[in-house]
Amino acid sequence: MPARNVAAVIFFTIVAVFFVFGALMTHPFGDPGNPEMDQYIIDNTQGETGADNGVTSVVFDYRGFDTLGEATVLFTAFAGVIVLFRRLKK
Amino acid sequence: MSGMSKIVKTISSITFPFVTIYGLYVIAHGHLTPGGGFQGGAVVASGCAMILVAYGSVWTMGKIKEKHLSVLESFGAIGFIGLAFLGLIFGTMFFKNFLVGNDFLFGEIGKGLSNISTAGALPLMNFAVGLKVIAGLFGIVLVMAYTTKAKGGKIE
Amino acid sequence: MIYNIPYIAVVALILIGLYAVIFKRNLIKIVIGITLIESGVNLFLITLAYRQDSIAPIYHGEISRLMSLPVPHALTLTSIVIGVAVLALMLSLVIHIYRHYGTLDARKIGREEE
Repeated sequence: MPARNVAAVIFFTIVAVFFVFGALMTHPFGDPGNPEMDQYIIDNTQGETGADNGVTSVVFDYRGFDTLGEATVLFTAFAGVIVLFRRLKK
Repeated sequence: MSGMSKIVKTISSITFPFVTIYGLYVIAHGHLTPGGGFQGGAVVASGCAMILVAYGSVWTMGKIKEKHLSVLESFGAIGFIGLAFLGLIFGTMFFKNFLVGNDFLFGEIGKGLSNISTAGALPLMNFAVGLKVIAGLFGIVLVMAYTTKAKGGKIE
Repeated sequence: MIYNIPYIAVVALILIGLYAVIFKRNLIKIVIGITLIESGVNLFLITLAYRQDSIAPIYHGEISRLMSLPVPHALTLTSIVIGVAVLALMLSLVIHIYRHYGTLDARKIGREEE
């Protein structure tokens, strides 16, 4: 077995051990502590944005910049695919 | 690929309007029910991809070019950013929900009664993002299917 | 003892994806591994958003029950669309690599001259 495979196995084992311990030590499932920000959004989403759907109000109003960046990523992917395949088309 | 059998073409032609209507319903009710612009756009793009698989990429590329799809996607992006800038003009800041609270359009406050005329600028943003996602996803699939089509049985 | 089973599922997904990325040679399998890691991250965010006996954060009717957290749902929505975009770009690059080198083996690409 070459040295690169040994290094890969050691790296994978270390990452796996850290992930498993992290999963076992996280807070229990269904109990995320005291989320003040999310509770504020849940309480005020009807009054402030008028929407019934809390997720839509977060996506388009409270965190609109996230959606803007994500739309930019989709636009860039479309442009990148067209540019990559333009030369092959002929 | 150059299209599948007549059975597949017929069934996908019958199914395609229902898929599109369902996707548009998900987009239009994005502020009331689970869903929104991204999900409804993905549904409509899946219906268009079904047509693409059934009829073949050459036929579909003859019907709609990727230039038109890129124009549609640009319209979606301009609409989204334009609504955000209208919040800056009519309201106080970027992405301000400027339509909520007045009597003009979509101006009412939602009370959990499935009233579609609520939520201010959010339905308009849903439509803009839905248009963008439809054009983007279907354009990606169309371009990849057209440029990698098989010629004479082997991948060129 | 269900209390951490979803986190174990997340770790299993991420480790399967990481195994494919590290130990596989085929570029298509590496792309599948990256997609599995994305699925694990999405499941992790959804798992963080859940509260005991809660419903989705959507108001309908007059019922008032405990609702799960909306912000991780929105982040997952963003993450899914970005995953689709990244997958499209990765597959396009894989197609180009296959046409240029004639192989998909990650250890033979770029070593034709040797």
